[in-house]
Amino acid sequence: MVELKNKSALLEIRGMVKRYMLGETEVLALNEVDLSIEEGDMVAITGPSGSGKSTLMNILGCLDDFDAGTYIISGEDVSKLTGDKLADIRNRLIGFVFQNFNLLPRLSALENVELPLLYSAHKDAKAAARKALEAVGLADRMHHEPTQLSGGQRQRVAIARAIVTNPAIILADEPTGNLDSRVGREILDVFHKINDQGRTIVIVTHDSNVARHCRREVQIRDGQIVDIIEHNRAARELMAQAV
Amino acid sequence: MLFWTTIKIALRSMLANKLRAILTMLGMIIGVAAVIAMLALGNGAKSRILGWVSRMGKNTITIFPHNPKMPPVLNGSAEPLTLGDAHAMLSIPGVKYVSPVVTSGDPVKWGTNETYCNIVGCASTYIIIHDFQVQSGHMFNDFDARDRASVAVIGPETATRLFGSQDPLGHTITISTERFQVIGVLVPKGRHGWFDPDNQVLMPYSTAMTKLMGRAVALNHIDMQVDHAVDLTPVQNKAEQILRIRHSLIQGDEDDFWISNQLQVIQMANNIGGAFTMFLGSVAGISLLVGGIGIMNIMLVTVTERTREIGIRKAIGARRRDILRQFLIESVLVSLLGGLIGVVVGVVAAHFVKFRNFSGQVEPHMVILALSISAAIGIFFGYYPARRAAGLNPIEALRYE
Repeated sequence: MVELKNKSALLEIRGMVKRYMLGETEVLALNEVDLSIEEGDMVAITGPSGSGKSTLMNILGCLDDFDAGTYIISGEDVSKLTGDKLADIRNRLIGFVFQNFNLLPRLSALENVELPLLYSAHKDAKAAARKALEAVGLADRMHHEPTQLSGGQRQRVAIARAIVTNPAIILADEPTGNLDSRVGREILDVFHKINDQGRTIVIVTHDSNVARHCRREVQIRDGQIVDIIEHNRAARELMAQAV
Repeated sequence: MLFWTTIKIALRSMLANKLRAILTMLGMIIGVAAVIAMLALGNGAKSRILGWVSRMGKNTITIFPHNPKMPPVLNGSAEPLTLGDAHAMLSIPGVKYVSPVVTSGDPVKWGTNETYCNIVGCASTYIIIHDFQVQSGHMFNDFDARDRASVAVIGPETATRLFGSQDPLGHTITISTERFQVIGVLVPKGRHGWFDPDNQVLMPYSTAMTKLMGRAVALNHIDMQVDHAVDLTPVQNKAEQILRIRHSLIQGDEDDFWISNQLQVIQMANNIGGAFTMFLGSVAGISLLVGGIGIMNIMLVTVTERTREIGIRKAIGARRRDILRQFLIESVLVSLLGGLIGVVVGVVAAHFVKFRNFSGQVEPHMVILALSISAAIGIFFGYYPARRAAGLNPIEALRYE
């Protein structure tokens, strides 16, 4: 399947199949999914719960393996990788942003952002972490612990942690799900800002407002991609003003 | 870098759960303190015994009239050790001093004062062989032995008991019905357990044998000192050879005497002391084991509690070994910290606990041993929980509430 690879695609999925055993019955979570995402894109993956979007997200994030198909990210075929090799790919190529922030308690914002770099033995983790926190507008909160930060600030720290390794892709799972709409907008603005700097972003969401902020919206039902909608920039900006 | 961060995180999580950390460490503290205190106590006992043995003279060989290897019935038929046997020992090259020894326990009286002590009939060289010094007066000499002079040299303890603060020199003491003039007092050596070298009366062997023991010919033992440059074993072999001939033993007969040298006694004391120390140490070691199980228990709880943290770390790129190392470092930190506190407690305890008349002696190797055991326990009992943490599935760990 490698010859099908689109040369400009940063992330390429072909014939992706993932099955689960749910008791005695087999569930086909992903059924022959093809998807390619180009560098600099900002994609929403939407669908109702049970549609397979979380499964797709886990596989895109190299957290899970799959039963058939290929996955190439940033030129590296990760289809056959397991365990520590996947951990290495996650560390280098993927930045996660979660719905519930998932920062480590008892570590300062700066230390949280440093953490991924420590696992890759980065030379100057502290300076890189500072830069990332500045990029998300938290230069003045570096030494606060997560409990001393608001929800929006925590999510900014999480975004800083995601971008600090300079990954190929930022994967966000319902990043505004635990925030009120105003703060959610701010977080989306942060995503826009880093997307404008050329970062590729994939947001998994069931919120159609969030999806409309993205350039493309990939809709999933029953383990298959049913539609890919292009949101043009003008409409996005219009909508942004309206809200 | 990651190592120090891990330690920092471990310390912070310990500080956040102070009570739990202290309770977990308590097992290690008690265990290590017990091991240190027990080892120190065993060591103290050993050095006490060795000190006593070495103060009883250097390079000495003692011949006893019975062989402990022989059945008791046959021992009755053994030829006694005689003065002739003692004299024969002088012919062995390397032997410096030989003293026949007869002993009895009798009440000693001066005026109305009376004390019960060990009466030793011996040669004038006895005090050289056993490293006694005379603090006042003088030791009896070979002429006294020849003349069966009624003279006595008494231990300092005996002197105090009989004479109080008075000078015993020149006074006459009574043993049974015989009277002896005190001509010397020994320098104190200090009491050693069951035997008190300071409470005894020395007199010429000839005097003791004729006046106190009813003209006995059997010696209680023969003590001799060998030149420090000479090996004890050949001298001992030669002594055995001579005695076998003198006692008319033929080939195949067991020795009817028993020769022991000081090295053997020291070795025995060492063995006994070592076994004692080992015994105490292993009893204390059991509490260390219990401490280790406590650590494992808490680490398992910690891993469960921090499942989500493990999921986050794995998501951002922690490998199996990173997680394994993190939890191992935490358990080693807990056990080592507990061990350190335990060492302090143990050293203090060993210093203050006095058992009969010996106290604990802590040596550096015990501290090193205790600390390495603590670290080993941290690794051993922390490994299973750490492996469990490292093996968690990141997706499930992230979903964990």
